[in-house]
Amino acid sequence: MNRLLLFIPLVIFALMGLVFWVGLGIEDKTSLPSPLIGKPFPEFELGVVEDGRTLTTKDLQGQPALVNVWATWCPTCKAEHAFLNELAEQGIRIIGINYKDDVMKARDWLKAYGNPYAYNLSDPQGKLGLELGVYGAPETFLIDSEGIIRGKHIGDLNPVVWESLGKQFGEMQ
Amino acid sequence: MKHCLWLLCLIALPSWAIIDGHKYPFEDPEDTARFEQLAEDLRCPKCQNQNLADSNAPVAADLRDKVYELMQEGKSDDEVVTYLVDRYGDFVRYKPPFRLDTLLLWGGPALLLLFGILLLALLRRQQAQPVAELSAEEKARLEALKSSLDEESK
Repeated sequence: MNRLLLFIPLVIFALMGLVFWVGLGIEDKTSLPSPLIGKPFPEFELGVVEDGRTLTTKDLQGQPALVNVWATWCPTCKAEHAFLNELAEQGIRIIGINYKDDVMKARDWLKAYGNPYAYNLSDPQGKLGLELGVYGAPETFLIDSEGIIRGKHIGDLNPVVWESLGKQFGEMQ
Repeated sequence: MKHCLWLLCLIALPSWAIIDGHKYPFEDPEDTARFEQLAEDLRCPKCQNQNLADSNAPVAADLRDKVYELMQEGKSDDEVVTYLVDRYGDFVRYKPPFRLDTLLLWGGPALLLLFGILLLALLRRQQAQPVAELSAEEKARLEALKSSLDEESK
């Protein structure tokens, strides 16, 4: 009995080690789970960057899409842009939210780097961004044909990320 | 003397760096206190170890604006917190809610304490086991030793 008691600290150490290993190591601290998954896309009424027409939440419905939050001031957005162009070429519907940005700058950007977006909603004050719980661009939401948010990715889209995200997207079709 | 006064003014300057009171004016000082408390208790999603009051990240400024706006609409503290939690998740709260999935978080310390007390009690009981009685022979030896010690000390 006495001998066994000696092992208690070791067991505690092992347990704590496990907890910390999982808690501090594996979990990605920069991406927080979104409470919006499974919920309808928030209501909005915003102008479109390209032509200024006004769209609402209803216009998102119809077919699954990626909703990509980006801005010209965001270096990572530039990094992922080429990949977005690729995805658009594959026929994936991408809708942009130009987050806390200037419409003119956004238009110049799209002209310079190509436009993978079906259209871009202009959110200069970040109001829609706040509704979406955006805390850093780029962020990408997966929405299904009914306009329900099915997934979210924080950070740039790239082939590695797309392996799992694309699979989920494919299942929504 | 004049220099000292200037210096004192300079020392007082950083106090202005705290949330700009002019930006979030309330008529009722109680609301000001509520606002400051909320900004303390809510966490900035971008800069994970700062609250809304501390952080100068743009998203923290947006959230401060939102808290102010919601308070102007007459929302209660709980409603403001719920509004943000609905969008940013429980992460924005420095004080997590008491729920089934946070049970370990809240109950953990109590559990550890209980475990410690149990362990202590177990060890104590082992130590407290009565010492075996001395046999007649051992008693005689003990007496002999005692008396020899007395002899020496004399």
